[in-house]
Amino acid sequence: MTNTVSSAEAPALLGAKGYPAALAWIARRAEAFVIPLAALVVGMALFSLFIALVGKSPVLLYETMWRGGFGSWFSIQNSLSRAAPLLLAALCVALPARLGLVVIGGEGAIVLGGVSAAAIGVALGGAPSFIVILAMGVAGLAAGGIWIGAVGALRHYRAVNETISSLLMAYIAIAVMNQLVEGPLRDPASLNKPSTQPLADIYRIGNIPGMEVHWGLAVGVVACVLSWVLIEKTRWGFAARIAGGNVRAAQVQGLAVGPLIVGFTALAGGFAGLAGMLEVAAVQGSANGSLAAGYGYTGILVAFLARHNPLAIIPVAILLGGIDASGGLIQRRMDLPDATVLVLQGMLFIVILLSETLYGRFKAFNPDLWRRAS
Amino acid sequence: MDATGIGLWGVPLAILGGAIRVSTPFIFVSLGEAITERSGRINLGLEGTLVFGAMTAYAVAVMTNSPWLGLLAAAAAGLCFGLFHGWICKFPKVNDIAIGIALMLFGSGLAFFFGKPFIKPKAPNLPAIPFGAWSDIPQVQAALDVNVLFLIGAVLSLVLWWAFRNTRAGLIVRVVGDSSDAARAMGLNPNTVRLIATGVGGALAGIGGAYLSLYYPGSWTERISSGQGLMAVALVIFAHWNPLGCFAAALLFGGAGALGPALQSVGVTQGYYLFYAAPYILTLIIMIATSSPTRSLAGAPGELSITR
Repeated sequence: MTNTVSSAEAPALLGAKGYPAALAWIARRAEAFVIPLAALVVGMALFSLFIALVGKSPVLLYETMWRGGFGSWFSIQNSLSRAAPLLLAALCVALPARLGLVVIGGEGAIVLGGVSAAAIGVALGGAPSFIVILAMGVAGLAAGGIWIGAVGALRHYRAVNETISSLLMAYIAIAVMNQLVEGPLRDPASLNKPSTQPLADIYRIGNIPGMEVHWGLAVGVVACVLSWVLIEKTRWGFAARIAGGNVRAAQVQGLAVGPLIVGFTALAGGFAGLAGMLEVAAVQGSANGSLAAGYGYTGILVAFLARHNPLAIIPVAILLGGIDASGGLIQRRMDLPDATVLVLQGMLFIVILLSETLYGRFKAFNPDLWRRAS
Repeated sequence: MDATGIGLWGVPLAILGGAIRVSTPFIFVSLGEAITERSGRINLGLEGTLVFGAMTAYAVAVMTNSPWLGLLAAAAAGLCFGLFHGWICKFPKVNDIAIGIALMLFGSGLAFFFGKPFIKPKAPNLPAIPFGAWSDIPQVQAALDVNVLFLIGAVLSLVLWWAFRNTRAGLIVRVVGDSSDAARAMGLNPNTVRLIATGVGGALAGIGGAYLSLYYPGSWTERISSGQGLMAVALVIFAHWNPLGCFAAALLFGGAGALGPALQSVGVTQGYYLFYAAPYILTLIIMIATSSPTRSLAGAPGELSITR
């Protein structure tokens, strides 16, 4: 026993056998990249099969998808614009997931964040633009934070299942939005599509210089990086990971699990609410039914694909933003229904979840087993 | 519907009729989910199964001109979805709740994909029995027009309630749901039992979907289900996994769902959207009221991840 330990530590300590040690280091970390990537490829292959079965060309499909999502500077910008809300919506799933909670009602926080931001933006009309935009951001954060924070509180203090309650609250949030947008907040000028009053141009969020992509992308990336720092590098993140592993162990250790759960879910909901605010301030210009565009649901897929790692969310959100963006082109060029993208997302989701069973099964990723074998 | 003839009596009558009409998919989905959960698994994907069942039933009914063949096809499709869920969940480290969410997206996606050409044509409806024929008042007749599936659902909940207590199959499902170890000790394979229980649950959810597209609302659209499959899961918890409780709870939910349209029929249009949200709010309140952090729910299967 002592022998194996010393031989395992020797290369790293002495530096004499730097190469095998580096290989072992890479192998240990490779699992988290290789398995999701392989699952992604398998999912895409299954989808090709599906497309071939309905009598279309998978090659043409992926070509169209590439052209619509990433083939040109125009389509890349389009994909990035769609990735912006996905980044924040995915955080709404990933942060609670680190505590062991499956929250799938981010759509509700997006919708309410958007409506509150629009209401504040109209109410503060006339104030300096940076104050109004800041207030709108705070309103979005607060609305989403309260909404999903309530889900966390119900979970911890009343043992209400967070998966079901969050989705129910998403339906309730959409009903509240419809009520507000059709009633007290309605702009009488919006006839066909009930909306709140449009924001003045100075209160709109513009594009990142040199791109046709609004600032929401930068906000989303910053939120992901901050979330990663919070989870991996701070005391609270450490406590959250312990509680996510074993709630009772965390309680025995004297961790305040309740505030931790409420805090993380509120932050997660706040991010989703911010996504709603950005949709209103940067894209729509007012709050209306378009807020419930399904970003909250695609965000669930993004978070699971990224295995709830906030940094991994960034590339995954861009990838799925691209798939989303190519939906229109697929529909027009290949005469496929717009739900094609949904089918692809569903397949990817299932394959990714199924791949969870592969972790720890491959000897290649476990250097400890190499030595035992030799 | 004009309710002026009988004044405000139209509201409770419309709610009663609505409860019978709206509750049927809830009855089937929740009975199916009750069987699945009693075996120790939870299938959140029934929402997707419901939508796919609705599409399949409608498409087959359009093509064969027979609503009953549509119903059968929906049950078969639901069975496939259920078996798929049950099969995937047998692998270690695979989370049944997350798989359910994925199947929810996948089922809806497939239904919209294949259902596109069937949005326009008209399918034959499932028959209803006019229990209100004795009355001259059209509202009473409308309220008591009961679809056969509602009656089948009522009988089915009785049968299941009896079967869980008195049959060998019922006992096997309950043992597996309460303790995998005990089941293994008895020589049962928990994965096989759960596979079958999830498959049957899926088939029942498919029937619930067929009711949606072939009777009420009676057409196939992409907005045909708005969370009924998911509410049914919450409803099973509220009903303490008891089939008779599922039936009663489904009626309650149906009534709540009919509140908005009933009030609208007598001219109350204020807060329409909030009344529309009544079933969701009711579900949430019931979940808050019946859950407790200190004691586990009476009748909860021991292997169920949602109550652990």
